[in-house]
Amino acid sequence: MTDNNHDIEQPEERAPKRVIGTPSPAASTSLLGQEEPRRAEVVQVPGVIPQEEATARKGERYAALCFLAAFLGGIGFVVSYVVFQVGDLETTRVSNFALGASLTLALLGLAAGMTTWARMVMPKYNLVQERHSMASGSETRSYVGTTFVQGANESGLLKRPLLRRTLLLAAAPLGLAPLVLLRDLGPSYSDFPAKLRHTVWGQKTKDGKQRKLIVEGSGSPIRAADFNSPGGILSVVPEGYEHDLNELAKATLILIKFRPEELKSGTNLNWTHDGIVAYSKICTHVGCPAALYEQTTHHILCPCHQSTFDAADGAKVIFGPAARPLPQLPIAVDEEGYLVATADFPVPVGPSFWERGDAEAEVRENGAQQ
Amino acid sequence: MSLETVPKPIEGASTYVDDRLGAGNFLRRNLRKIFPDHWSFLLGEIALYSFIVVLLTGTFLTFFFKPGMAHVEYTGSYGPLQGVIMSEAYASALSISFDVRGGLLMRQMHHWAALLFIGGMMIHMLRVFFTGAYRKPREFNWLIGVLLLTLALLAGLTGYSLPDDLLSGAGLRITEGVAISLPLIGTWLTFFLFGGEYPGEDIVARFYSLHILLIPAILLALISAHLILMWVQKHTQMPGKGRTNENVVGAPFYPAFMIKAGAYFMFTFGVIALLGTFAQINPIWLYGPYSPADISAGSQPDFYMGFLEGALRLMPAWELNLFGGSGGTLALSVLIPALVPMGIVMTGLALYPFIEQWVTGDRREHHIADRPRNNPHRTAIGMSAVTFYGVLWLLGANDEISAFFHISLNWTTYAGRFLVIAGPVITYIVTYRICLGLQRSDAAILSHGVESGVIKRLPHGEYIEVHVPPHEAIEAHMRGKEAIPIVSGGGSGPDGRDDIPSRGMRGPLGRLRAKMSAAYGGEKIPLDDGHGHGGGHDAIGDGSHEEHATVGQDGEDKSLTR
Repeated sequence: MTDNNHDIEQPEERAPKRVIGTPSPAASTSLLGQEEPRRAEVVQVPGVIPQEEATARKGERYAALCFLAAFLGGIGFVVSYVVFQVGDLETTRVSNFALGASLTLALLGLAAGMTTWARMVMPKYNLVQERHSMASGSETRSYVGTTFVQGANESGLLKRPLLRRTLLLAAAPLGLAPLVLLRDLGPSYSDFPAKLRHTVWGQKTKDGKQRKLIVEGSGSPIRAADFNSPGGILSVVPEGYEHDLNELAKATLILIKFRPEELKSGTNLNWTHDGIVAYSKICTHVGCPAALYEQTTHHILCPCHQSTFDAADGAKVIFGPAARPLPQLPIAVDEEGYLVATADFPVPVGPSFWERGDAEAEVRENGAQQ
Repeated sequence: MSLETVPKPIEGASTYVDDRLGAGNFLRRNLRKIFPDHWSFLLGEIALYSFIVVLLTGTFLTFFFKPGMAHVEYTGSYGPLQGVIMSEAYASALSISFDVRGGLLMRQMHHWAALLFIGGMMIHMLRVFFTGAYRKPREFNWLIGVLLLTLALLAGLTGYSLPDDLLSGAGLRITEGVAISLPLIGTWLTFFLFGGEYPGEDIVARFYSLHILLIPAILLALISAHLILMWVQKHTQMPGKGRTNENVVGAPFYPAFMIKAGAYFMFTFGVIALLGTFAQINPIWLYGPYSPADISAGSQPDFYMGFLEGALRLMPAWELNLFGGSGGTLALSVLIPALVPMGIVMTGLALYPFIEQWVTGDRREHHIADRPRNNPHRTAIGMSAVTFYGVLWLLGANDEISAFFHISLNWTTYAGRFLVIAGPVITYIVTYRICLGLQRSDAAILSHGVESGVIKRLPHGEYIEVHVPPHEAIEAHMRGKEAIPIVSGGGSGPDGRDDIPSRGMRGPLGRLRAKMSAAYGGEKIPLDDGHGHGGGHDAIGDGSHEEHATVGQDGEDKSLTR
């Protein structure tokens, strides 16, 4: 497929130094298996333009300097590994810099040295090689074709349909086997919709009480009377599930205190308590926590894709790619004055999924019927 | 000292090998294999060497990383997080950073090398595209390249999610939100991927086996195939003196290319080490463990995911419920940005060689790379795609843009929505004009020479600048241009013979093909036809055009060339 045809390429470049009639080294040497060792003559070859001796000598010195630097870098790396320990931020920083800088020196030193070597010591090349069409010849093609036909006939696969069909029959279920094995990657389908539609807010606690709203991080329940400065906002998790990531991915709330007159018609006032409103914190776009709140405009902003919701107006979408408002959670206070959830979200929280449907419309219809 | 003969030990060893493998035949053909030189041919090597660094550093990381999501209390040496409940994965990623010597360096180098791997692939792919190096016989290698890029994105996505910190978790959440929105299969896919509800306790381990075993194995196989094909088909070369479609001009593999490639590997490795040392990347200890309830503002994915992020941000809030309350939810505001841009880019890349072949009817082998200016429509299409991608990519950081330049966040989105449509169109026209302009300047140089800087005064007092012929290497480079073929039967063959359309060209598809071919191909600006520059430009444009296209079949093209 390739061959060593080093044609004369640029006469004017080789003219001054060329020894006429000398064979190219490729033609005269072969590395392997010679019965008599042949001579690899160092001569001028067309397309191989040697460096000036002065340049080559300079290149050698530069390259050697680079290699020495690389050597020191390599030593430095080993020494740094032994000398600098890790542990806290500061020691790790020092160790990282020492290791990294010495490694960089070693690698770049080698790189620079090799480049200098190639560019200043080794000859410049302008060799030419022939290219051939990728296609194999027509004779080869027809030979392969004939052989294929002959082999196919010899195999008997075409002549004996019973053999062919049973073979295919045997292969088909085996192809399915790996797919079958993947089945237990996930739970049974009957679980999906229920899990997507319900959160733990809809369940009573173990002792049969309504579930308290818990401040994320501190873990303490919220007394409505204490959460009384308008504009205040809390990130809230369900009691008993403060560290359950699967529940947090659905049930996390953003709790906002309004002056009661600030709330607009989009918000279900029956589900608020004294101007305190709870919305799902999980963005209805692709599920990031919609965590940013702007007090003056009552805007909730999701930092991922900037869906913006009007918290005073039922968290309806006023900008961005989210198509649905953040669902509102019905809340009230229990006998001790703590905020609790009175029921689950009326609609599924978080991103849309195929089976979801227009849950909001259903809720509206049911509301109208009541 | 110079060698006179092959040294005894080497000869002994090589004879031993050759007796058993016949390696001599291979070496005889390949030791002096010629590799053409051009700076742009090195771009793919960046990707290759970065991949090797990714494998090396990644192997080190696997020795210490624990891909588990069970909750543990952090007891490592990073003070601020001590006592915090977190996943095993995050705890071990912290331990790699703070309790393993060189661990932080390896982590950062791994991340930088991964970015360089994907970035290198993208730039390399652009080079191949704009020089037409994907043309016959290299279509297979182009397709392998498209697969490689897709897989590399997947490798990046799965790796990014492993440390299980707050930032990577945000990426994972978005991935989940996108996956669950897919019609019919979305919930299945998500519940199977996560082993139940999001986030579950399986995903890190599952991504881990994909990230360190399945994807790299396929990548390695495809990269090997990519290199073998490149080796067998030989590299393309830029047009130039003595370079033809039937030869390769350059330096031999042994010793020149070997040393240069080795040096280049060291450069890539060294630069990655430099970045890993001095340019902090993904400081996971600052983010804290993942919780689906939390996020930090300004969360950004790695650069290669930016265009998807931008598309998600740009999209208006469209959603359909096909069956009302009972299901059939189509979250178009998620589906379109997640699937369409990626689909356009990847499908477009994969199909382009074949579409171009269909349009030009060109079935020849091409080993001389095109200069981008010499195929203006291809270059314009490529630049349009780059603009499309670039606008989406930029808008993936619109919160940062708006914060940095103090402009309204909403307006960056509106501007992005406009630009993602208008940008590619404008770029197309501008690029096309620039290409023609550059072709004219080539023609002018060939017919008038280059300015010599010598001012001559003529007997009657006029001053002129003496023009001299260009250097022969430059001239040869420019003369490497060749007319793009036009499909025969399009009524506009170069010598005017194809006036009668063939049967296949008479139908509506055939007429479309002929029209596209006439617009796409031909010689827009003949090299030796340039009678001056400046005022003469219009004449050149029109003249060449009418010469090569039949009247009445080239409406759009005329509007572009005039």
